[in-house]
Amino acid sequence: MAMTLKELAIKKPVALDLYRKMVLIRRFEEKASEMYGRAKIGGFLHLYIGEEAVAVGTIPPLEPRDYIVTHYREHGHALARGLETRRIMAELFGKATGTSKGKGGSMHLFDASKGFMGGYAIVGAMMPIATGLALASNYRDEGRICLCIFGDGAVNEGEFHESFNLAALWNLPVLFLLENNGFGMGTSVKRAHAGKEMCHLADAFGIPSEMVDGMDVLAVREAAIRAINHVRSGKGPFFLEAITYRFRGHSMADPVAYRDKEEEQEWKRRDPVVTFRRELLQSRAASEENIAKIEHSVDEEIAEAVAFADASPNPAHDEMFKDIYRE
Amino acid sequence: MPELTYREAIRETLREALNNDNRVFLMGEDIGAYGGAYGVTQGLLAEFGEQRVKDSPIAESVLVGAGIGAAMGGLRPIVELMTINFSLLASDQIVNAAAKMLFMSGGQITVPLIIRTVSGGGNQLGASHSQCLEGWYAQVPGLKVVSPSTPYDACGLLRSAVAEETPVMFVEHSLLYNFRGPVPDEYYTVPIGEADVKRVGSDVTIVAHLRMVHVALQAAEELAEEGIEAEVVDLRSLRPLDTDTINESVMKTNRAVVVEEGWKTGGFGAEVVSSIMEHSFDYLDAPVARVAGQEVPMPYNRDLEQAAIPRPGDVVAAVKSLV
Ligand SMILES: Cc1ncc(C[n+]2csc(CCOP(=O)(O)OP(=O)(O)O)c2C)c(N)n1
Repeated sequence: MAMTLKELAIKKPVALDLYRKMVLIRRFEEKASEMYGRAKIGGFLHLYIGEEAVAVGTIPPLEPRDYIVTHYREHGHALARGLETRRIMAELFGKATGTSKGKGGSMHLFDASKGFMGGYAIVGAMMPIATGLALASNYRDEGRICLCIFGDGAVNEGEFHESFNLAALWNLPVLFLLENNGFGMGTSVKRAHAGKEMCHLADAFGIPSEMVDGMDVLAVREAAIRAINHVRSGKGPFFLEAITYRFRGHSMADPVAYRDKEEEQEWKRRDPVVTFRRELLQSRAASEENIAKIEHSVDEEIAEAVAFADASPNPAHDEMFKDIYRE
Repeated sequence: MPELTYREAIRETLREALNNDNRVFLMGEDIGAYGGAYGVTQGLLAEFGEQRVKDSPIAESVLVGAGIGAAMGGLRPIVELMTINFSLLASDQIVNAAAKMLFMSGGQITVPLIIRTVSGGGNQLGASHSQCLEGWYAQVPGLKVVSPSTPYDACGLLRSAVAEETPVMFVEHSLLYNFRGPVPDEYYTVPIGEADVKRVGSDVTIVAHLRMVHVALQAAEELAEEGIEAEVVDLRSLRPLDTDTINESVMKTNRAVVVEEGWKTGGFGAEVVSSIMEHSFDYLDAPVARVAGQEVPMPYNRDLEQAAIPRPGDVVAAVKSLV
C-alpha cells in the first residue's frame, strides 16, 4: 500500500526530493531530445520519459555502497543515483568531461565511485554481471546489494534464466528489477512472451517476487524498500516487476507506428510526474510555491549542464588509444 | 630441475595463486567435485573449500558474466570454460563486456579475470568439440590471449595472467595435458606478449603456437636429418603479438612457414604472415608458406581427423617447397 496523503505530508522532505528527482529526469530527457534534434547528441538515444517513478522509487532507498547495473535506457537511473547531471550530459555530447570521457556514450554510463557499474547495451548482459558483483559482496562479507535493472525484452534471453538460477542457487544479494513497459522496441510483450505475468517466473527458482504499479512513485518506493530489506537480510535475491510505459519511441529513430494511440493516451493520463505533483499539492506536502521552486532549480541545473557540455572540449584524438589495457 | 606435466604445472600455479591471494577463486563447470573435465583442478576443492573452488551450473554466459562482475567487485576470479567450443555461449560477455569495460567506463573499471579454456582437436570428439577459436578472441582489443605449449610456459604465463588487470584468455590444449617438461622450483614468470625461440636454426623459420609447436619441432628434427636447420618460434601470446621475435628470426633465416591447427581462411596465421610481409619482405628468399587445418568441420573418423590436422610431414613438405 502506498503512503497515505497524511503520511506523505509528514515525510515532506523525502517527498519533495522524490519529486525533484522525477522532474530532473523528465526535463533532462526533454532537453536531451532537443539536443539530439540539434545534432549535439549522436547515435541512439533512448528516453526514459514516462518511467521516472521506477528509477526514483527504487534507487534512493539504496545505500551509497550498493551496486547498480542497468540497461541502455539509463539516464534516469544515473540521475536518480546522483551522478553529476552535467557529466551525464557531457557524455551524451561525447565530450572529454563526460562520465566516460566521451568514450562510452548514452548507453554506457558509469560512475564506480557511486557504485554505478554501468549501462549495458546488450539486452540481458547486465544480469550475469549483477550476480558477479553480488557474489563479490558476499565473498568479501561487505553487505552490499546489487540492483539489476532490465526491460521486458531481457526476460526472454537465456541470461535471465541463467542469472536467476545462479543468484538463487548461491543465495546472492541481487534485487532484480524488471521495468515492464509493455514493448521491446516495436514488439509488444504479448507477442514476445509466452507466459502471463513475468514476475511468476521467479517462482520456478524459489525467488520471492512482487508486481508493482510503476507509475506510482510511492508504491514503487515501498515495494522497493521491502525488496531491499529482504535482499540485505541475507535471504537471497528478490524479483520486483514494475509495470510502466515509455511515452516516447524506443529511440529517437522510432516514430512509434506500432502502438495503439488510445492505449498511449490512457497511460499518459497516468503520467507519474503529473500524478505525483497533484498528490503533493492535495496532501499539502507541497505548496505551489515549493513546486515552482523545485522546477526552477531543475531548469537551472539542466541549463547549466547543457552549457557545461557544450563548452567542454572533445576528447583528444589519442584518447581512443587509452583505457584499452591498464598499463 | 623437477619435471611436471602440463596439467600439473597449471594445477600447481592455480594452487599457488589460491594460496597467495584470498581474492583469487576458481569457478567453472565440474571443476570441484569432478576435478575438472581434463583433471586440471583435481584436489583443489578438498584443499580450499567451496568458497574458493566453485562448481557452477552449465550456464556459460552467467559463468563468465559472474566472473566479470566479481572482478569488478574487487575479486580475481579464474573461470574455467570446459572447452573453447562452449565459449561461444559466453562470447557476448567476453567480447562485449569484459574486453570493453575499462574503455566504456572511461578508465574507471578494470576486469582482472582469467578465462582458462581448452582448444584443439585430435580426440575424435567430432565437429562441435574440436575447434581452435583462440584466433577469434585474439582479434579483440581489450583482451589478452595466451597459449602455452609447455609446462614451463604454462606456469610462467599463468603467473603473469594472475598479476594482470586485463581479462586474459588462457588457452590450453587437450593433447598437451600429459606432456612433461622442466619447471624450476625458483619463482619465474613468462611475460605476456613475448614469443620464444624453441629451437635455433638458420635455414627457415617455423612459427606456431600451442600443440603445433611440437609438430613444428618434430618436423625440424626430420629436416635436420636432411641438413635443413629450422628455427621454431613459439608465439606463446597471440595478443599482444610479439612481431619483433618473429621478424628477427625471419630476417636471419630468410624463409618462413606459418603453422596453425585451426582453419586457414581468416586464421591467425594470416596475421603472422602479414607481419612478415610488412617487416621482412626484403629479407625473404621465397614466399611465406602456410600450413593449417583442413577447411572442414572436424570429422569423427580417426583417419579423417588425423588428415584434417597438420602433421609433421605437412610442415616438412612446406619447408621443402621453399628451400
Ligand atoms: C542481445 C541484443 N539483441 C538485440 C538488441 C537490439 N535491441 C536494443 S533494445 C531492444 C528492445 C529491448 O526491449 P526491453 O528489454 O523491453 O527494454 P526497453 O527498450 O523497452 O526499455 C532490442 C531488440 C540488443 N541491443 N541486444
